[in-house]
Amino acid sequence: MSDWVEACATGDIDEEDVMRFDHGGRTFAIYRSPDDEFFATDGLCTHEKVHLADGLVMDDIIECPKHNGRFNYKTGDARGAPVCVNLKTYPVKVDAGKVLIRIG
Amino acid sequence: MSTAPSRRDYSLIGRDAKLAVETGLSAAEWYHTDVPRKQMKELMQRSDGPAIRDTAIWFAALIVSGAGGAWFWGTWWCVPFFFVYGVLYGSSTDSRWHECGHGTAFRTQWMNDAVYQIACFMIMRNPVTWRWSHTRHHTDTVIVGRDPEISVMRPPDLVRAMLGFVGVADAWHAMSDMLRNAAGTISSAEKTFIPEQEQPKAIRVARIWTAIYAATIALALYTGSFLPLMLVGLPRLYGAWHHVMVGLLQHGGLADNVTDHRLNSRTVYMNPISRFIYWNMNYHVEHHMFPMVPYHALPRLHELIKHDLPEPTPSILAGYREMIPVFLRQLRNEDYFLKRELPPTARPYREEFHNDTIAAAAE
Repeated sequence: MSDWVEACATGDIDEEDVMRFDHGGRTFAIYRSPDDEFFATDGLCTHEKVHLADGLVMDDIIECPKHNGRFNYKTGDARGAPVCVNLKTYPVKVDAGKVLIRIG
Repeated sequence: MSTAPSRRDYSLIGRDAKLAVETGLSAAEWYHTDVPRKQMKELMQRSDGPAIRDTAIWFAALIVSGAGGAWFWGTWWCVPFFFVYGVLYGSSTDSRWHECGHGTAFRTQWMNDAVYQIACFMIMRNPVTWRWSHTRHHTDTVIVGRDPEISVMRPPDLVRAMLGFVGVADAWHAMSDMLRNAAGTISSAEKTFIPEQEQPKAIRVARIWTAIYAATIALALYTGSFLPLMLVGLPRLYGAWHHVMVGLLQHGGLADNVTDHRLNSRTVYMNPISRFIYWNMNYHVEHHMFPMVPYHALPRLHELIKHDLPEPTPSILAGYREMIPVFLRQLRNEDYFLKRELPPTARPYREEFHNDTIAAAAE
């Protein structure tokens, strides 16, 4: 079963930034790229469960605030130590100024 | 100069390591000063400019001082050149290794990686092993049994600490570890923090370094001169004093087993030369609280959050004046430490987490 869930308004996130979204006891990270596209991943770093929403977005990369581990937030790929496990990504769509993510 | 056997077990596979995991002291949530997201984003922004400038100065100074030392080799005139070369080689690489390991010095990642590899070789720290040990240091800063980078354990081994100023113990351990890794062995302690898939990389680097040192020694023997070793390897000893001098101040004499960097780390105001060599790591509370902030933005971060931090130590000398008496007292009572006082504007320590250790704190 999969549902589209409203995460935030498009204006809630600056370009090249990230925000936290909690839903159903889970935590997600919602990204707005420099190209004004939206993406979503699990909210916690796969290394030590730190909230990625406190990290830094640079181009396609989210850097974890605790140990500077890097992921490509568009694909979830781990991009260097200390992260070794990829990040789960979620489909995103924008509808009437709202950012929706499909949580499987 | 150690006295009674320590009640603390610093082994990464020992009693206190297990206890820290069981009690949740390991991988705990640490205190952070509240900083608005907008300001933190500005502080975290990466830029190549400052690090390219500093690295160009660093390389130029290395080449000039090294060439001067070689040119005047055999005369007393080589001494000031090797003095400078040694500090650049054996001390400033400590901060270059550190900042580039965090990936914050440059915006461009390959630049971080290149300087990281060079600095690691000079400071004799396996780039794989130390990347992971430093990750653990940030997860479990000065947590006994978990942090592999506690430089002065309790009770303090003052002989070892003093030998550090000439790099003897560090170089001995570095060479032993290098040869062990080159032989294909990863120790039990290393296995606790280096993921299995990374371990072959540590072995490969150790083999390359062994080949470089063997070639340097062969050249010294062939030419019948110490000069090759004065340029490669030995500067890690005769130039180590500065990084040890500033490094001991990071956590020396402060609390252990707490989850608030204001209690276990020290910010020290320093002269501009030391700050260049040290790449602003004198703002050490700030660095630990927000490791995403590049070295060149740490002074700005310090201004922003200093209301919430203990008063900075005003100088290197002042740091030693407060630290040495604590070390000496810890020889008799290892539970003694220096408790950092907070200004009235700061959010208080969560004393309920630290009652046992606070009881032993200095007045």
